[in-house]
Amino acid sequence: MTTDALFTISQKSKPELITITFDGKALTVPAGISVAAALLVGGVHEFRSSVVGQVPRAPFCMMGVCFECLVEIDGVPARQSCLVPVRDGMVVQRQIGAAHLDEGHTGEEA
Amino acid sequence: MNATEADLVIVGSGPAGMAAACEARTLGLSVVLLDEQATIGGQIYRNIESAPVDRVEILGQDYVAGRSLAMDFRSSGAGYLGGAVVWNVSLDGTVDYVAGGHSQQLVGKNVLLASGAMERPFPIRGWTLPGVMGAGAAQILLKGSGALPTAPVVLAGCGPLLYLLAWQFLRAGAKIEALVDTTEKSAYLRAARHGVGALRGWKELTKGLKLLSTLRRHGVRVYSGSHGLAVEGETRAEAISFTHRGRSVRIPASLVLLHQGVVPNTQLTWSTGAAHHWDSEQLCWCPVTDPSGRLGETPIYVAGDSRGIVGAQASAVQGRLAALAIGDRLGITTNVGRRAELQSQLQRYTYIRPFLNALYRPADENRVPQDPSVVVCRCEEVTAGQIRRYVELGCLGPNQTKAFGRCGMGPCQGRFCGLTVTEIIAQARGTAPEDVGYYRIRPPVKPVLLGDFLP
Repeated sequence: MTTDALFTISQKSKPELITITFDGKALTVPAGISVAAALLVGGVHEFRSSVVGQVPRAPFCMMGVCFECLVEIDGVPARQSCLVPVRDGMVVQRQIGAAHLDEGHTGEEA
Repeated sequence: MNATEADLVIVGSGPAGMAAACEARTLGLSVVLLDEQATIGGQIYRNIESAPVDRVEILGQDYVAGRSLAMDFRSSGAGYLGGAVVWNVSLDGTVDYVAGGHSQQLVGKNVLLASGAMERPFPIRGWTLPGVMGAGAAQILLKGSGALPTAPVVLAGCGPLLYLLAWQFLRAGAKIEALVDTTEKSAYLRAARHGVGALRGWKELTKGLKLLSTLRRHGVRVYSGSHGLAVEGETRAEAISFTHRGRSVRIPASLVLLHQGVVPNTQLTWSTGAAHHWDSEQLCWCPVTDPSGRLGETPIYVAGDSRGIVGAQASAVQGRLAALAIGDRLGITTNVGRRAELQSQLQRYTYIRPFLNALYRPADENRVPQDPSVVVCRCEEVTAGQIRRYVELGCLGPNQTKAFGRCGMGPCQGRFCGLTVTEIIAQARGTAPEDVGYYRIRPPVKPVLLGDFLP
């Protein structure tokens, strides 16, 4: 956890730690919290860029109503990271602008 | 799609939802409760079942009160589905939801919507910057993860939750750089005039003032009666600026927590086509219901803060009263004494509300931004100035702002701009919010993937 993070979880309670990646960078974070909380304590400041102005955005409400915390989780774009529990090995990507489906998501594989 | 039936389907596991489930089970009704969060408790009792002792102590008595309700709910025999995102409620009692990546249906002979409250939008310059969050959001981080601000934090706005969070932060050892209080001096007078039993009102008032003096004693700088708030920064929050006693103040901060009360989360009630009225005391829309919370002649009921802000205790009682009414509708004889008992509880818990509404009424300038550059619709980045321009061009209400500039058409579906848009248009047209109306909210009220419909 970086000192630059906006939020910190005390290590005194010795939480179980897991590892996720954000834009390819490994983050060690406590288990049992939301992806949004994990990214915030992991030092992530910019979760996505806005659809119109392409400016950085990050969680505002943490309860599923503002949709500012949208990220791509394990290949699925525009997930509300405040509603998704974090899991070991999760691959999280910054959401750039509007959600789009790449060639890998034609529905054939689903 | 796999449909299952129940006498009562409840949306939301906060106090209203859990209490309604318990009461309905006492009447022998089959109950299924859905909640989009992974744990029960709603926002007020978030993580109540697994928060460690030290965290519970920091959060205080009002939080602990949720424990017994959660235990009653668990032993009530009501079905519970967590991580279930409801995206449609039909007037025949069909509830569509996504859980585990699959869209499923439940059919309730009755449905109770208990989707609670959300923080009121706080549209000021810079409120979209990373590092600006709701105070409620920070409290959720504390309840759910034990996370605290790393650096000294600035809290700004008004309302009981802001002071409560400050108190919780101090107990947890987090540093508060400043509390920028936007409560107007006139609010105290307005509240005092409200004639709510003087003693009760006085108690509430002194409770707030006592909290403020506790903060000051801990060295927190409190800027009372501040206005002209703006968050400064290029790509993230760097400082908050405001006017205090006629002087400009600028406080560097990487984390600014805004709050000016909570409003009903009405997305589901609007989506059913239910009528709503503008509550001129709480400055928000509330669904029109009968005294038991029923929407018109439908099998759909509403309880708790999503029906109008009443607080946790009153929400639970409203949930129970709705369950009794539903029991009546299903032909189950209910105890008249029980209803009377609950009604008197409700009266006791809501007695102070008009006083609180007056005291914590958010300032006009923080609800209806005068600075044209302030972003109102965060998703589609539509500013207050643009909305006023739409009105000049003939736009009459929120629905038309969509056609003018996609206002309210982003993923949050108007949740974070709707109230502001209604009030801006009302002001620009010189008419009442009631005449201006709201967005037409349609299902799906939550994003659904096409893949969720695959078997």
